[in-house]
Amino acid sequence: MLTVFLQFLFSGLTVGSVYALVGMGFNIIYNATSIINLAQGEFVVVGGLMMWFFSDSLHLPFIVSICLTILSAGLVGLLMERLTIRPLKSHDLLLMIMVTISVSIVLRGILAFKFGKDPYDYPAFSEGDPLNIGGAIIQQQTLWVIGITGLCIILLYLFYNKTIIGKAMRACAVDTTAAQLVGINVSRMVMISFVLSAMVGAIGGIAITPISLMEYDNGPMLAVKGFCAAIMGGLGRGRGAVIGGFSIGILESMTAGYLHSGLKDAVALVILLLVLFLKPAGILGSSAAARLRKF
Amino acid sequence: MAIGRRILLYLVVFILAFPLLPAVAFSKEPYRIGAVFSVTGAASFLGEPEKNTILMLQDQINKAGGINGHPIEVVIEDSKSDETQAVLSAKKLLERDKVLAIIGPSTTGESMALVPIMNGSKTPLISCAAGAGITQPVIERHWIFKTPQYDYSAAEAIFTYMKKHGISKVGIITITTGFGDAGRKALHEMAPKYGIAIVADERYGPKDSDMTTQLTKAKAAGAQAVINWSVGPGQVVVTKNWSALKMGIPLYQSHGWGSKKNIELAGKAAEGVISPLGRLVVWDKLPGKHPQKSVLVKYVKDYKNSYKTEPDSFGGYAYDGFMMVTEALKKVGPDKSKIRDYVETRITKWVATGGIFNMSAKDHCGLDKDAFEMVVVKNGDWELLK
Repeated sequence: MLTVFLQFLFSGLTVGSVYALVGMGFNIIYNATSIINLAQGEFVVVGGLMMWFFSDSLHLPFIVSICLTILSAGLVGLLMERLTIRPLKSHDLLLMIMVTISVSIVLRGILAFKFGKDPYDYPAFSEGDPLNIGGAIIQQQTLWVIGITGLCIILLYLFYNKTIIGKAMRACAVDTTAAQLVGINVSRMVMISFVLSAMVGAIGGIAITPISLMEYDNGPMLAVKGFCAAIMGGLGRGRGAVIGGFSIGILESMTAGYLHSGLKDAVALVILLLVLFLKPAGILGSSAAARLRKF
Repeated sequence: MAIGRRILLYLVVFILAFPLLPAVAFSKEPYRIGAVFSVTGAASFLGEPEKNTILMLQDQINKAGGINGHPIEVVIEDSKSDETQAVLSAKKLLERDKVLAIIGPSTTGESMALVPIMNGSKTPLISCAAGAGITQPVIERHWIFKTPQYDYSAAEAIFTYMKKHGISKVGIITITTGFGDAGRKALHEMAPKYGIAIVADERYGPKDSDMTTQLTKAKAAGAQAVINWSVGPGQVVVTKNWSALKMGIPLYQSHGWGSKKNIELAGKAAEGVISPLGRLVVWDKLPGKHPQKSVLVKYVKDYKNSYKTEPDSFGGYAYDGFMMVTEALKKVGPDKSKIRDYVETRITKWVATGGIFNMSAKDHCGLDKDAFEMVVVKNGDWELLK
C-alpha cells in the first residue's frame, strides 16, 4: 500500500518538477514588466529541440550543447523583445499579452518547419537504473530536474538580491516611472528579463526532454500548466511557482491513482480554483501586493 | 514584324508545352481518378506517404501503357487535414474533374464527412482511414470502402495471442484522443469474447509526461499484462515508464506502435514490447513463401527507389485502394457503378500490402485479425512471434 502511495508521489514529483520549471519562467518576465508571456512554453520547446539538435544531430559534447542551447534560447528571447515588445511601446498589458500569443504561434510554425512533427529525445543526463525507494522507483532524470529547479531558484535569488541589475529589475517591477527617475534603463531591464526567462525556459526544456520527449507543439500545454503553477504559488514569487508546480503535479498523480486517471486534470484545476477563492494572491503571495497588481 | 512576333509566340508556346507531352503517346482519352489526402496540416504524416504512393503508381501504370491503352490521370486534392476542406475537395473532383472514383481521405473524420456526398453522386470512395464507422452500417455505405484494418481486429489479434499464453486479466491504458477512444471501445467489446477481464481502465492526455501512476494502478489491480493504445510520444513514455518500473508483466501496444522511430526513441526500454502490426512494417521478416511477400517487396523497393525512404503502413493503404480501382477499371471500364460492384464482389482472396482482402456485400473492408502479425521488439528490431 505504502509502495503504491510512494509511486504515485514520485510520479507527481516528476510531473510537478516540469510544471515548476516552466512556472518560474513566467515570473521573471512578470516581475519586470507585468506581462504574462504566453510564449513561455515555446521557450521550453526551443530548449528541448535545440539541445537535441546540438547533442544528437551535430554530436557536440554535452556541456557545449547545453551552453549553445541556452545561448540560442536567450537569442530567441532577445529577438522576441526587440522585434515585438519594444517597437510597440505600449502600456496596454492586454495588447502585450496578445502579442506574446502571436509570437508563440510564429515560434511553433518555425519549429514545425525546422524539426517536423516527430517527437525527439536524447539520453538522460546520467546512465543507470532508476532508484528504488521503499519499493517505488524514481527515475534519475527526475532527480536531475528537481536539482536543476533548486539551482535555478538559488541563482535567481542571488541575481535578484545581490546584483545591481537584479535589484534594478525588481525596481522596475515595483514602479516603472520611479525606476526611470532614479536612472534605471527600464527598456534594457525588460530586454534582460526576456532573455533570462527564455534561458530558464530552455534549461527546463533541456532537463525534461529525456522524460517526456519533446514535440514542436508541446508549448501551449506546458504554458498552461506552468501558468497554473505560477498562479497557485503566487504570481511573481519564484519559490511560489515551485510550490505550485509540485502541488499540481502531486494532486494530478494522486487523483489519477486514487480516483481515476480521466479526472486528473479536472480535479487539479478545481483545487487550483479553490486555492484562488480562499487566497486570491496564491499560496505565497501577499494580498496587499496583489491589490497593487495591474494583472 | 507582326508575323515575326507571332512566330515567336508559337515557338514559346511550343517550348513551354513540350515537357508536358507524355512519354508514351496515348491515342485514347485518360481515365481520371481523384484522391483527397491530408497532405498538409495535423495529419500530414498520413497524407504525405499516401500522395507519394499514388503518384508513383500513376507513373508506373502510364509507363507500362496505361489501362487497356487509356492513360490514367490522378487528380490529388489537399484536404489540409480539415473536414470542411475535404468536402470541398471531393466536390471539386466530382463536379469539375468528373473522376471515376476517389481514394482517401486520410482520417476517419474526413472520410465520414464524405459519405453523404459519395452516396449522393454515386461514386466509389476507397478510404485510407481505419474507423469502423466509415464502412458500417454497410447498408448506408453502399459506395464506401476502406483499406486499413479495423481497430477491433487489432484488439482481437492481441487477445488471441494473450489467450494462447494464459493471460486472463489485463489493464488497459488509452490516450484521450479519437484513436484512443476507438481502441478503448474495441478492447471493451472484444475482451469478453476471449474470456479476458479488463481489471483496470486508465487514460492519459496526448501531452502527458509520466504514466507511472496508471501503470502502477493496473499492476495493483492484478493485471497480468498491460495494453497501451495510443499514437505519438505517449506510447514511448509508457514504454519507458513500464521498463523503469520493472513491472514483471508484459506490455502490449496497439498497431499504432508500428514505426521504427518508436524503438529509436524508447531505446532499450522497448525490448520485449509486443504489438499487432501490419505486414508492411515487417516485410523483410516474412518467410519467402508468404503470399504477401512479393507484393510487399515490390512496393517497398519501388518506393525506396522513388523517395529514398521506406514506406509506412499509411502509404500501403493508398496503394491497396488505388490497385483495387485500377484493377476494376481494367476489367469493367469507366463505369462508376460497375467499378463499385467489381470491388465489392471480385476483390476476394485479393493479396495486397495490408493483408488478403475479402470484400463482400456485408463487409466493405475485407480484412480481419489475420491481417496482423504479432511482433515483439528484440535487439532494437522487430521479430515475428508465432
